[in-house]
Amino acid sequence: MYQAIVFLPLLGFLIAGLFGPLFAPRFSEVVTTSLLFVSLVLSFVAFADVGFGGQTAFVPIANWFTSGALKVDWAFRIDTLTVVMLVVVTFVSAFVHLYSIGYMREDAGRPRFFAYLSLFTFAMLMLVTADNLVQLFFGWEGVGLASYLLIGFWYHRPSANAAAIKAFIVNRVGDFGFSLGIFLVFALTNSVSYDTIFAAAPGLANKTMHVFGLSVDAMTMACLLLFMGAMGKSAQFLLHTWLPDAMEGPTPVSALIHAATMVTAGVFMVARLSPLFEQAPAALSVVIVVGATTAFFAATVGLVQNDIKRVVAYSTCSQLGYMFVGLGVGGYGLGIFHLFTHAFFKALLFLGAGSVITAMHHEQDMRKMGGLRKQIPFTFWMMVIGTLSLTGFPFTAGYFSKDAIIEAAYASQRPGAAYGFLCVIVAAALTSFYSWRLVFLTFFDAPHVAGAHDIETQPAEEHDETVHHEPGDHHGEGTHGHGSHEVRESPLVMLIPLAVLAVGAIGAGFAFRHWFVGEGFADFWKGALFSAPTNHIREEMEKVPGLVSLLPSVMMLVGFLVALHMYILQPFAARQLAEQQRLLYRFLLNKWYFDELYDLIFVRPAFWLGRLFWKGGDGRIIDGIGPDGVAARVIDAARGAVRLQTGYVYHYAFAMLIGIAAFITWYLFGGAR
Amino acid sequence: MILTGFALGPILPEFVLAVGALALILMGAFRGERWAWVVTDIAIFFLGAALLLVLRQPSGSVAIFNGAFIDDGFGRFMKVLALAGSIATLLMSGDWLRRERIDLFEYPVLIMLSTVGMLLLISANDLIALYLGLELMSLALYVVAAFHRDNVRASEAGLKYFVLGALSSGMLLYGASLLYGFAGTVSFAGIATAIHGQSSIGVIFGLVFVMAGLAFKLAAVPFHMWTPDVYEGAPTPVTAFFAAAPKMAAMAVTVRIITTAFPGIVGEWRQIIVFIAIASMALGSFAAIGQTNFKRLMAYSSIGHMGFALVGLAAGTAAGVQGVIIYMTIYLAMTLGTFAAILEMRRNGKPVEEIADLAGLSATDPPMALFLAAMMFSLAGVPPLAGLFAKFYVFAAAVDAKLYGLAVIGFMLSVVAAYYYLRIVKIMYFDAPRPAFDKGSLAERAVLAIAAAFIVLFSVFPGGIVDAADAAAKSLF
Repeated sequence: MYQAIVFLPLLGFLIAGLFGPLFAPRFSEVVTTSLLFVSLVLSFVAFADVGFGGQTAFVPIANWFTSGALKVDWAFRIDTLTVVMLVVVTFVSAFVHLYSIGYMREDAGRPRFFAYLSLFTFAMLMLVTADNLVQLFFGWEGVGLASYLLIGFWYHRPSANAAAIKAFIVNRVGDFGFSLGIFLVFALTNSVSYDTIFAAAPGLANKTMHVFGLSVDAMTMACLLLFMGAMGKSAQFLLHTWLPDAMEGPTPVSALIHAATMVTAGVFMVARLSPLFEQAPAALSVVIVVGATTAFFAATVGLVQNDIKRVVAYSTCSQLGYMFVGLGVGGYGLGIFHLFTHAFFKALLFLGAGSVITAMHHEQDMRKMGGLRKQIPFTFWMMVIGTLSLTGFPFTAGYFSKDAIIEAAYASQRPGAAYGFLCVIVAAALTSFYSWRLVFLTFFDAPHVAGAHDIETQPAEEHDETVHHEPGDHHGEGTHGHGSHEVRESPLVMLIPLAVLAVGAIGAGFAFRHWFVGEGFADFWKGALFSAPTNHIREEMEKVPGLVSLLPSVMMLVGFLVALHMYILQPFAARQLAEQQRLLYRFLLNKWYFDELYDLIFVRPAFWLGRLFWKGGDGRIIDGIGPDGVAARVIDAARGAVRLQTGYVYHYAFAMLIGIAAFITWYLFGGAR
Repeated sequence: MILTGFALGPILPEFVLAVGALALILMGAFRGERWAWVVTDIAIFFLGAALLLVLRQPSGSVAIFNGAFIDDGFGRFMKVLALAGSIATLLMSGDWLRRERIDLFEYPVLIMLSTVGMLLLISANDLIALYLGLELMSLALYVVAAFHRDNVRASEAGLKYFVLGALSSGMLLYGASLLYGFAGTVSFAGIATAIHGQSSIGVIFGLVFVMAGLAFKLAAVPFHMWTPDVYEGAPTPVTAFFAAAPKMAAMAVTVRIITTAFPGIVGEWRQIIVFIAIASMALGSFAAIGQTNFKRLMAYSSIGHMGFALVGLAAGTAAGVQGVIIYMTIYLAMTLGTFAAILEMRRNGKPVEEIADLAGLSATDPPMALFLAAMMFSLAGVPPLAGLFAKFYVFAAAVDAKLYGLAVIGFMLSVVAAYYYLRIVKIMYFDAPRPAFDKGSLAERAVLAIAAAFIVLFSVFPGGIVDAADAAAKSLF
């Protein structure tokens, strides 16, 4: 059964990838989607079996390679954490497949698209079922590859190519740390298999090692390196720059990869390796600080973005920060619970945004939308549900998971937790503000005539790579235009996934709270998430004062009211504020100038270095001394040799005599023995 | 075995050729110029007959005239090459000379006499026979070099060749006299016995001067200076002849004297040979790059190839000599084929010689371009053509003799040389076409095609020639 769950998407990929172009695109769509749904059903069975039936399993597949002490197997580790991820991945993936049938209906590259989607799903499933670090890394790189391919799906668009390359390279930085972490773990435990390293972890606590003359705690070092990989994959602060750009990919891709699944791989990895992280409290503090910073930072940037997908992207970034705060304080269940609920409401938001974009004929700039409430009511309500859940409206999914994280941050005694609490509580208000801003700009107000009634009319110049249009390859019959023609609700095949996800966004929190973070914790997880004896976060959370528990809801309300005030009641307030705080506004609009900073610190020096080696090293030195230099010397030699040939017979005779004389001299003084 | 008395058998081919040449002179003198083509045909017949006679000589070594003349496997192999070169060039000459209106009956007769000289030279087994053969060959060559006597360049070429040739003959004679003085004998074998293992400075002097005289005939650096001027100035059929047959004889006698007269002082003669080889390869590779005239380029090319062949001789082993023989065989085919193509280069009745004239040949005459390209690739040593195997055998012998430096330098210089051969291919295939050449004669096209077939087929069936060369080389040791 587990083999089927994991390998059916691979089968779908192979069929669609190899034979897809031979048939109508509908063939690839149906094959991959139906295989995914089979996978989904099996995942539910597995979830029930393992989560509630307690049948954890170890499924060996094959030996991958053995080299000395390094033995790597293909194997599935089926425990509660795995099946939770299986459900999340197959659920979102299956409905994104379904949704894509509608969303991509005008694209010529559909077989390729569905093949990539299935490839991604397979890699993600390999990642979550991995039994050892190397297999985890295989899945890790596999999803990275699929992400690269899908971001650059419209490869004829330079911005898509640039975004794909950026995602890949930024992830390389993280993966560099990740692979070093794996090496270090192997060096410490002589194994990459989870069972072995988890068993060895307690013995390694407080063990020091020497790096560059410094004595460092070995587990802290290993965990920080592993966390670096998580930072890259989960777009955490400093390595987050690729995620907003990744919105260049088709919207279903954003929903699946860049919201629900792949970007949460980092969270999953930390949770999976909780036995290691529990032995490295310093590393967990770093996790809190990085997560909290991301949550706050991404929320501030999200406040002012105009591209509907980018707002959701920054929101994702921010929510991932929440998850890491949850992990960092030791509440691994909290992080995974938020991952679980987030997958529903964020996928819902992305797919809703996709529905808006389709309705607007591939317009993504919110300033050009408005008043869509009446034209696409179903999408509107779905977006409202997603927003309510995201902002933590009481009893929606987000309410349970996010507020729990905030409480835990308050309760935790770990260094950095206070900072974490401050960041996430402020970010909660910001989240509420930008989410409602999105809804108000898109669905309320009168339809904006392009450029006339912009709320934050910044003559959008240098930052405006955010506004673009997704090209439909076979788009329209000459009716192509934006906002100029009829806004229509999306087809049913797109709306059904929205409805299903909306159910999850509302109910997933309430339904699973008991098991993920409540009293059923131990029964449900059965040790899949490890807590050291010193980890008392769950007891501490119960002592949190009622006022603090109420605080997130208050912040949510504040954000909502401010947004209501600025975009509905006083439509010019936002603009005035932007003009008053021009500097701050530009700072946020330009995403804290991170791209510019990286460009200055890394990209340009890299180019400079490359140019130096190219022009100076390769061109001047290697070519100059090598091929070009040799060629030039050959020409010189040829010229000299030709000049010897004067045509005068006495020169020729002279040369012969010189030759004779030279031979004789040679033999007289040394040659002859 | 040394036959005493007057036994004609071993020298029958030379005898037939010499008598035939004299008869043809008389015939030409009585019948006049209109019979030139008849004389040419009969000359070819005699050369062919000599070739057959050489092939039909009994195997084994036979020395006659008190050991002055030897007929052995090595000699027979080289004689076949020399005769083949003479026949091929004579076949190709007729048409060209007729168009230039210098189709005199003396030409085939001189070629015959020169060939007699070559055969004697190849079989020379003492210093006197060597000198006689060399001069008989050379005197005829001087004349044919200036055969186009109304042409200034041809006359200049002939004169230069004669003056420098006389100088080199003087050197050779001086060296021969020194050798005789120190060894007390003119016989190669006698010299070898006399200087067994110990080299006096006088012997070395003699060796140097003799080598200078032979290197001149080989056109090896630094005694090569005449080559470019003479190759360019002489009528093209004569140049083809120069590049082919006399080289076989000169190389044969160099190999024979080195291996039979000086086997005891390998360390001494090897220094000269190595120097000459490197200098020839280097000059042949570099100087040819600057050339625009195809014949002049081929002059430098031949200098370079003599250098490569001498690499095999430098090894001083049977394998090395085998390499030299194979090299000369393949060189002969490549040279004849290339010159056949040069002879075909004629536009509006006028011969053209510039490399640029070949531009776009692939469009105007695809077979010729293909064959010539094969020649160029083979000359450059590009696999899998015969030129590669030629270099392989000499370099392998050098490496076996631990002459690593020589082999490495040779390899690198062959890369340099590849440039100008490949440039010709590039000009033929990628440059804008020029007007087509006139239609070549049957003999020219046939020689080119046969040469191309040879260099292609050699890589497929190298066995026969390699084995024969091996047997020939063993006859010297």
